[in-house]
This record gives sequence, structure tokens and C-alpha cells, in this order.
Amino acid sequence: MADSGRIDEVAVIGNTDVTSTESENNIINTMVERGTSLLKKMEINVAEAEKRTGKNTVNMQETYTVYLIEIRPAETVPEGETPTAPDTLWRRYSDFELLRTYLLVTHPYIIVPPLPEKRAEFVWHKLAADNLDPDFVERRRVGLENFLLRVASHPVLSNDKIFFLFLTEEKGWREAVLETGFQDKVDSRIKSLSAMYRVKNPDKRFTELKLYSDELNSVISQLLRVRAKVADRLYGVYKVHGNYGRVFSEWSAIEKEMGDGLQSAGHHMDTYAASIDDILEEEEHYADQLKEYLFYTDAVRSVCRKHELIQYELEMVAQDLIHKKQQKEDLTTGTVRVFSLKGMTSKLFGQESQEQRESRLAALDQSIREGEETLKEKNTECQEFVRTACEDIERFKEQKDRDLREALISYAIMQISMCKKGIQVWSNAKECFNKM
Amino acid sequence: MSGQTVPADFSGHMLDLDEDDDLEVFSKNPSLAGGGPMPNSPSSMVNQYRLEEEEEQQEANARDLFITVDDPESHVTAVETFVMYRVATKTTRSQFDSSEYEVHRRYQDFLWLRSKLEENHPTLIVHPLPEKFVMKGMVERFNNDFIETRRRALQRFLSKVSLHPVLSHSHHLEVFLTAQDLLPYKKQGPGFLSRLGETVRAVASSVRGLKSRPEEFSLMQEYVEDFSIKISSVDKVTQRIIKEQREYLDELKQYNPTYAQWAESEGELAEPLNGVASCVERCSKETDEQIQHLSSVLVPALHDYVLCAETLKAVMRRRDNIQAQFEAKNEALGSRRTDLETLQDEVDSLADRVELANNALKGDWTRWQDGMRADLKSAFLSTAEKNVEYYEQCLAVWESFLLSQRVEPGEQRDGEDAS
Repeated sequence: MADSGRIDEVAVIGNTDVTSTESENNIINTMVERGTSLLKKMEINVAEAEKRTGKNTVNMQETYTVYLIEIRPAETVPEGETPTAPDTLWRRYSDFELLRTYLLVTHPYIIVPPLPEKRAEFVWHKLAADNLDPDFVERRRVGLENFLLRVASHPVLSNDKIFFLFLTEEKGWREAVLETGFQDKVDSRIKSLSAMYRVKNPDKRFTELKLYSDELNSVISQLLRVRAKVADRLYGVYKVHGNYGRVFSEWSAIEKEMGDGLQSAGHHMDTYAASIDDILEEEEHYADQLKEYLFYTDAVRSVCRKHELIQYELEMVAQDLIHKKQQKEDLTTGTVRVFSLKGMTSKLFGQESQEQRESRLAALDQSIREGEETLKEKNTECQEFVRTACEDIERFKEQKDRDLREALISYAIMQISMCKKGIQVWSNAKECFNKM
Repeated sequence: MSGQTVPADFSGHMLDLDEDDDLEVFSKNPSLAGGGPMPNSPSSMVNQYRLEEEEEQQEANARDLFITVDDPESHVTAVETFVMYRVATKTTRSQFDSSEYEVHRRYQDFLWLRSKLEENHPTLIVHPLPEKFVMKGMVERFNNDFIETRRRALQRFLSKVSLHPVLSHSHHLEVFLTAQDLLPYKKQGPGFLSRLGETVRAVASSVRGLKSRPEEFSLMQEYVEDFSIKISSVDKVTQRIIKEQREYLDELKQYNPTYAQWAESEGELAEPLNGVASCVERCSKETDEQIQHLSSVLVPALHDYVLCAETLKAVMRRRDNIQAQFEAKNEALGSRRTDLETLQDEVDSLADRVELANNALKGDWTRWQDGMRADLKSAFLSTAEKNVEYYEQCLAVWESFLLSQRVEPGEQRDGEDAS
């Protein structure tokens, strides 16, 4: 994988031979163009990965991988001069997870970019599913860099202080995150679950978005499954041709006139068989792009659920207010509507005195006033949420359409490259057969 | 057609005669219609004729005997069910009374012909017939694919025989091609018991062992054994490739519905998604065609030579037997006192027989090797060409998709460009 910090190679329209470097830079360039103040100031790289061993929380030895983050001021380097050395720090995957959780909680109306997968999924069987495998680590490095760049290019997230510290403060960052007390804001699961069943007037945009997100999740999962199976089969086809190589070679030994032709054709069959490894490695890049959006659907779902929760709370507050107002009315008119303990006790112990009634009315009035305040707040909160979320949803949709279209294009380019290799090999083989 | 000289490019000539029933099997294939130079069609028939064109150029004489096998029909009797094939002959040879013949033959008849040819020419290499049953795969005898595969193999057999300088003049071949009823001919010839006796004597001689095999035949024997192993391996690898390709195609077919389903829930993204879906579908079709080509061109060619290897082994055995018989009688001569003259005559005639057999084999050996090389070269070439074509088609499909995506969305035309 190319170092995506370099912005040299840019794809030119009309040139079908876009390399993976170019197509990657296509993504990077567009992010920088839409530019946030953060990205205007600095270049971010996840440069390396290293294995470390250490004691974990239960005092057991474990091996884990750390990633080197490089920050460099975004400056045009004059010719001949070397760019300034980057500031670097090491982070492990769990640090990224913490950062993301923090962002999710702190900016609940934002569709927070996903992290690359923790464990390899949707693998075709020859591909390593081992977390310590160098290919997996490499792909994860790219994914983590992509995550940072996405956050850095987001109009809201890029201004987050904790994110900035993540990039600049190696030690003490964890403490800083925990100090924000963001865990308190984490909505309990039960709360958010119950919200789903009882919201009376959800904003239609969010219900539609949730449906779309579920559909997208399901269809991308399906696509990734199919891709893994196809990759498996294609691998088999190519590798079996390698047997031709061996057999032709043996056969050529007993033939006089046919020998040379067979032998050299056999070599091309070996080349053909070997070519599948690179082809499928390239295709993993496409799978990774799909996976990113698969994981994005979780973030989208989160935003929808947050809306439901806020809407639910709003409705609860409104409900509560109505209930209190009704109580006040009942109290003033003296009606006993609902079977209540008060009603019971008044029946049993006699009507309450005028004083008692008035103090209760006063308490209710106060409660109603507070309730109206809360309702106003909640309303504002809800509207704010809807407004900001919809903004981010629009941004996300545009980004998604752009990125996935590019992904499809780069998939087509990969297919073309594969076909060209095939033409080459079989043309060569044909020449050899001609000599038989 | 009698009296007409057949031009060197006879295949083009054949394709022109489209009112002729015999050529049904060729002109049915639409890719063959529209004359011109020989199209590179997946049909093995075309390749067969291409091959024969090569062979024909090797032969000194212009080809004067054309045989086709087609029109398989099921026949049901009280006792059995079998398939009859129409065997049509066109010839300018004087040995034949007429220039055209049409008879109906069943697989058994082909077996009879071949065994007669082998009987009369024990050390000539007679092209093999397709097997009686296909063990693996449990193919029904009357499955259409099976019948078609068999028909083509029968055609190849007769074609090879018709090109053989010695076998094509066989009286048995003439009878096979012309007699309306083969039965009377099948009853002729050495009876079963006498043939059995002949076999027993042959086995007895060979059991005693050969004194010494001439070097060239020892080398031949070695080659035959090696060839048999190698060709079987190539055949197995090819079968495996087809199997893997089929499984690949099955999975590939899942792409289209998945992309199409995704497109349904998208707005702007729907167009490129549908584009990719359609690309994958077209590539699937190409893959299917490629598999068909492998099955109809390379597999039959390889399979014929797997069977040939067994034929070669039998030919070597028969030659050895003839030599052994001579050696046995010759030895007996040495220890005999009486009847020396008759025995000498026997030994002499056996010696002649050995010489004849050896010469026949030597002559046919080169011919066979050239034929094998030409057949397999043609089959591999055709396969490589088809594979290049496959990748070229797929390339065009994806390039046209790319082209449709490079255009600005506002200017996009409906659907995709045709490649």
C-alpha cells in the first residue's frame, strides 16, 4: 500500500490505468480540498505498526500492536529542501476505540467515522484471519489512517479538543478523556431500547434513514459474503492451472518436436497461477472500502436512535406536563378522576383542609412552571438535534455517494488490470502452443 | 458431386452446400453462417475440419472420402433401447460404386468395424472409439449431452480412419459405409472359437517371453508407457479446471442480484451500481462460454488420446506376440528332426509376418505421432485463443462501464455504451 501522505499522483480523466496509489489519493485530495482548518494546518499519517508485549489489566503477558502517528505541518516544501521532521506518537487500537467512543457520546448528532474491524471478517479462506498477521496489520494501519483523516476533515469533529490531544499528547491522553466525564453521558441501553417502541411522533426523516441504513447494512454484508466466496473460487481456478505447468514440463521431457512448446507454455501456466495472489490482494482494498460503509451504518443507526431517545424524552416531558395540568384542573374543580391514593385517603380520613389544598395547588403550579421550562428546553434540544443531524446526514450522503462511486470505479479498474494480465499470459501461451 | 475435384479448401466448399442434409450439423451453428474465412467457432466440428485441413495438406493425395455421423435417433424394441446414427458418405473413389451413401449404424456396429480393422491390421494404430459407459458422473446412456459427445467421437473415429492410407481402403470400412444391413457381414470371418484359439496361442507364446525386442520398439514401449501417464494427468487437470470454473461461475452469478438489490435503495449511486451489476452479468456469460469451449474442444481431444494410449499399448503387445510366435516356432525348428520342410515353411511365413508387422508399425508410428501433435496443438491453440477472447470481452465490458462513469452526471446517456 502506498504512503498516502504523498499527493503526487493524481488520476487524469481519460486515463484508465489508475493505480491504487492514485485512487487512494483521489480520496485524500478531495478530503483536503473540502478542507477543515485542521487539515489545512497539518498532515496526518499512520506510518508504521510495531508489536509490543506488556502486562495487561489482569497482569497477564499479552502481545499487541501499536501504530505510529506522524503529524507534520502542512507546508509546501521548496525544492531541494527536506520537509521538517514529523512529531510522532504511538497509539494502540484500544486508544482509537476510546477516542471514537468519546466522539460518539460527545457529538451524538454526528455520524462518526468507523474504525477498521477489530477482527478480520468476511475472509476468503486463504486470507489470514489472524490479528497479528502482517497483511491484516497493514490493512488495519491504512484503515486507522483513514479514520483519522475522516475525523480531521469533518467540519465539527475536527475542532474537538480531545481529538487534537489524541494526535499530539501521547502520555496523559487517556486521563484527559476520562476527566471529561463523558461516560456519564452514555445513554443506558435499556433507555434507548425502550425509546424505540414508544416514540409517538418520530421525525420521518430519521425513520426513513434508519430503514435505509438497515438495508445498506444488509446488502453490503451480502455483497461482502458473495465477494469472499467468489475470491475463494477464483483462487482455485488459477491455482489448478499451475498443475498444467508441472505436467507440461514432465510431458515435454518425453516429446521431441512438441517438447519446447509444451515446456514454455507450462511456464506461462505457472505465471498465470501465481498472478492470482496479487489480484486478490488488490481486491481486498475494495472490500475494505465496502466494509467502511458497512461500519458507517452502525454510526447512522446510533444517530437515529439518539433522535428517538431525545424525541421520547420530549414526549415524556410533554406528557408529564399535560398530566400535571390535568391534576391542577382536577384539584381546582374538585373532581376525582382517577383512582388515587389521595382520593382514597381523603375518603377515608376526610376531605383535606383548604390550606392543604392551596399548598398542593401552589406546588403543582411550581411543578407546571418547571415542566414548561423543561419542555421548552427539550424542544429546543430536539430541534437543534434534528437540525444539526440533518446537516451531517446530508454531508454523509454526499460523501457516501462520492466514495462508493469511486470504489466501484476502482473495482472496474482492478477487473481491467486482471483481464489485461490474462490476455498477456494466454497470448504468450498461445505462441508457445504454436511452436508445438 | 461425382467427377468433381474437391478443392484444397474443402471445408469452405462444404459450407457452401447448405441445401445438403449432411451439413445440418455444421450450418445449425449460427457462428458458422456467413462464409468467408474459417471462423474461430467453439464448435469442435470446425476445429476437426481445421485439423483435417492440416492433415490433408500433409497427404500427397487430395482427400476423396468424406464421412459424417449425425442425426441420432432412439430406437426402442422389446428387448432393448439403443441409438441409431446416420452415417453419410461422399466419395470420388473408384472402389465405390456410387458417390454418395447413407446408412444407419448403432454403436455396436462401430465396435464391429474397429475390431475388424484391428484384426486385419494388428500393428496399425486404429483411432479409439468412445467408451461404452461413462463410469464417473453416472451419465445416463440416453442423456442428450452424452449422445452428442458420443456422436462427435464417432465422427472423429471415422474421419481418422478415412484419412488413413491403409485403413481407408479396408473392405470392412467399405461394407460399413455402404451396406444397408450389416448382419450378414458380421456373421462372416473366423468364428469365435477359432479366434479364441488364436488368442490362446498368442498368450501362450507371450508367456514364454520375448527373446529380445528390437531397440526401436523398446524405446517405443517406454514412450507409450510415459505418454499414457502424462496424457492422463493433463486430462485430469483439465477436468479439474472445468470443475473449478463451474463453481466459480455459480458464485459469480450471485453478484448481479446483490448489486441490483443495493441499487434499489440508492439514489445517485443506483446508476453505477446497476452498471457494475450488468458488467458482472456479462462476464458471467463469457465465463459460461469459456467453460463450454473447454468441454467441447480440449476435453474430447485429450480424452481421445487417453484412449489412444491404451490402443498403443495393445498394438505393442500384439507386435510382441507376433514376434514371440515366430521365436517359439523358430526354436522348435532347432530341436526337430522330422518334417523339417513344413516347419521351415511355417517359420518363414511367421518371419515374414514379423517383418510385415514391424514395418506396418514403424510406418504408422510416425503418422500417429504427427497426428497426435497436430490434434493436441490445435486443441491447445484453440483453448488459448478462446481464453484470450474471454479476457478481451470482459475487458471491453469493464472499459465501457468506466467510460460511462467518466462522463459528467449531467451529460450521462441512458444505459451503458455498447462496447
